[in-house]
Amino acid sequence: MKWVATSWIVVLVVLHQDSWFWTDKTLVFGFLPIGLAYHAGYTILAAITMWAFTRLIWPKQLEELEREQPGAGGGGHP
Amino acid sequence: MIPTIIMLVYLALIAGVGAVAFSRSRASGEDFFLASRSLGSVVFLLSLFGTNMTAFAILGSSGMSYQRGIGVYGLMASSSALIIPLCLFFIGTRLWWLGKKFGHMTQVDYFRDRWECSHIGTVIFVLTAAMLIPYILIALIGGGKVLETLSMHPLEGGGQGPIIPYSLGAAAVVFAVSIHVFLGGMRGAAWVNTFQTILFLVFGTIAVVLIGHDLGGYDAVMAKLAASKVPGQAALLSREKIPPTEFLSYMLIPLSSIMFPHMAIMCLSARKVSSFKTTVSVYPICIMLIWLPAVYLGVVAATQYAGLKQGESDNVILTLINGHTGPFIAAFLGAGIMSCVMSSDSHQILGLVTMFTRDIFAHYGGRDRFGEKAQLWTGRIFVLVVSLIAYLLAIALKDKESIFSLAIRFAFSGFAALAPVMIAALFWKRSTKWGALTAALWVGLTVFLSWYFQDASAALAKTLKPGQSVPIYPELGGLLLRSAGGVTVFGYLPVVPMVFGSALLMWLVSLATRPPSEATIAKYFPAATPSPAGATP
Repeated sequence: MKWVATSWIVVLVVLHQDSWFWTDKTLVFGFLPIGLAYHAGYTILAAITMWAFTRLIWPKQLEELEREQPGAGGGGHP
Repeated sequence: MIPTIIMLVYLALIAGVGAVAFSRSRASGEDFFLASRSLGSVVFLLSLFGTNMTAFAILGSSGMSYQRGIGVYGLMASSSALIIPLCLFFIGTRLWWLGKKFGHMTQVDYFRDRWECSHIGTVIFVLTAAMLIPYILIALIGGGKVLETLSMHPLEGGGQGPIIPYSLGAAAVVFAVSIHVFLGGMRGAAWVNTFQTILFLVFGTIAVVLIGHDLGGYDAVMAKLAASKVPGQAALLSREKIPPTEFLSYMLIPLSSIMFPHMAIMCLSARKVSSFKTTVSVYPICIMLIWLPAVYLGVVAATQYAGLKQGESDNVILTLINGHTGPFIAAFLGAGIMSCVMSSDSHQILGLVTMFTRDIFAHYGGRDRFGEKAQLWTGRIFVLVVSLIAYLLAIALKDKESIFSLAIRFAFSGFAALAPVMIAALFWKRSTKWGALTAALWVGLTVFLSWYFQDASAALAKTLKPGQSVPIYPELGGLLLRSAGGVTVFGYLPVVPMVFGSALLMWLVSLATRPPSEATIAKYFPAATPSPAGATP
């Protein structure tokens, strides 16, 4: 799963560059430039990705620590 | 007069939140600096987002889209919508875990323990504080100017004058910020931030609707722009004015988010790690709700107020609001913009104070000698000292705002270039303090050099046409290029060599030097160490 997540992040970085709409001035719904609409959609895809990450690769061990150690720490430096 | 009254009531309300937070506080440093690590999901999300949503970013992005078009959204917002949640997911959760387990309250606190070092931590503290101070100053200067602009009224002898002059406006902002931070600490700052983020979202939405209605509909405005014969104006509907290398470079800038001390400290104040789940999922949507209208309105403004130069265009949102909404909405939006100024400022001041109190006062024996209460009151007094110094500098350097704007640009790159240090600390056992020191010195040097080359080529920039870039030193070929926007390295922004240079130095120097003791490595990398990615690093 770690490699799937890493690969998907690389895909998202590539998708962000969207050279295909670089000079396109088409207006979506008559008021939204296509480049802006694309990146609005990209933002929603980022949100869905993060939601999926919290379901699929969430570090459940951290929640175990939370149960074992509900209070704050105190053994730090200095 | 109405805007002035609304703004003053708003500032009083902000200061009052601090008093309420004070009544909930306990007399401990952890409560003051981290709200006893007790922030719930909603406050954590909105406060973290509000901290990152600076007036500089919002006004600056609309001003930039006025000049360069809709691509600014991809440049600044959608890249952040991916990278910042990823940083929170992979780094923020782990920082939270370490803070909970070992009691760390700042990044330097952690680095010192992780790499068994003292003075190297101090070097990182100095570098971080130096890059943070311009933000605090520019927020105050911006706040004073916004209050002055919004309180303008007709004078008897003709013309206009402010009811609240700049010096008084900056004083009002610094008073409201310092009081709620002094009294409420992290809890006060987080509550105020949450309130301010909601206020900005609500009144921002109303303003977008009202402006569109007053202009006769956004479809008509965009159709006019698409058909425009003004040179370069129709190009605002695409990304033609942004070079691909610059667009790619900007992808690295949001790495700075996790290295801003106030952002890292916020990560330590969550009550539960599950608070991060909501935050990372909703954060991109929050970014879209704020930045999409800001960038869009910047482009809309180009059809209304043509010919503004860089710098002048930073006020286009305020101009649109004043020109196309009533005084009541304009005042609340003004309060919303002030909220952006103050929400970031309060967390930045608190971050600086937390760092000073923990990384300097406590580390060099102050807490052991004078006790926990003295640490708490040192923090509170430092809030007032920092606020007073920041106010005096904001008055003295009012007309030098552009210098601080420049400093912020490079500080963003500097914080991004410190990210490899944090990543190495968290995920690479073999990393060493010498690697961290070399990377930090590299960051300090390259921030300075970026500034130097930018300044040295300022005269050259005035001779350039839009989109043109020329070598600063012809004998170096394309290594250092200058465009109207700034200095680039082979066409890429300085952040690219800064981040990769920092990572490379961290790696090479760590391999060449002695790692921390087995005990420390076992402490931070036990066999079953939880990793945010679910794997042992």
